[in-house]
Amino acid sequence: MAEGFALTEASYYILLSLVRPRHGYGIMQLTEELSGGRVRLAAGTLYGALNALSAKGWIIQLPSDEDSRRKEYRLTEKGLKVLRAEVERLRELADNGERILGEE
Amino acid sequence: MESRKTIKKWFWIWDFEKEEDWLNEMAMNGWVLESVGFCTYHFVRCEPGEYSVRLEMHPYDEAYLSFMKETGAEYIGRMVMWIYFRKKTADGAFDLFSDIDSRISHLDKIGKWLSAVGGANLLIGVVNTYNPSRLGWINLLCATLLMYALGRIHGKKEALKRERLLHE
Repeated sequence: MAEGFALTEASYYILLSLVRPRHGYGIMQLTEELSGGRVRLAAGTLYGALNALSAKGWIIQLPSDEDSRRKEYRLTEKGLKVLRAEVERLRELADNGERILGEE
Repeated sequence: MESRKTIKKWFWIWDFEKEEDWLNEMAMNGWVLESVGFCTYHFVRCEPGEYSVRLEMHPYDEAYLSFMKETGAEYIGRMVMWIYFRKKTADGAFDLFSDIDSRISHLDKIGKWLSAVGGANLLIGVVNTYNPSRLGWINLLCATLLMYALGRIHGKKEALKRERLLHE
């Protein structure tokens, strides 16, 4: 990735969901659950993001069963690196926020 | 009581959100979209508020339709480049776009289509102006209208971009 860019909330939760293989609907459900119902990925947004993240090589589509039309995706090594870097970036944001607001 | 009805209605392309609002209003009043034609909407009776309806510009894409089905949305039909979906409100909130970026790329898609069709009309219009048939003005009129639509879509996009400077 272009290093230093922030991920969108949608990309972040998609990557996080795909640490284990999941299909589209599974990503939507997990994201909603993890964020306590705050983040709802809409289907069109998710579809576009999955294509974009695949094109970046951060996730891959798993070979699907013949009887199942559901496509499963999983994080790649590259995606895992991006995700870890993003967690670090978010930690910095949160730490600074807490520190400065804590002094007030 | 009748169980089906057809309404003829015209929406400008930049009013696609109004079209969607109207379809949801119909669903709130117990009429859900069943199929679409050119400026023609076929409705069937439903429980008031039983469905939410969404529409978007999307080129034909089998993979997208099966993806939507997987998320519980039902494909109603397509009209030119526009596709229509519905989902039961009991099955949860139904939106196609949940962030500014994807709304912008949707407007981009509409913009590209308008540029392509508008450009083609402009070209045909200019060529036909020098033809004995003298029908070039029809294409030039279409091109003007399409370019106007492109301007409206561009305006919407710019508004979203300003918003994105502050948040997603």
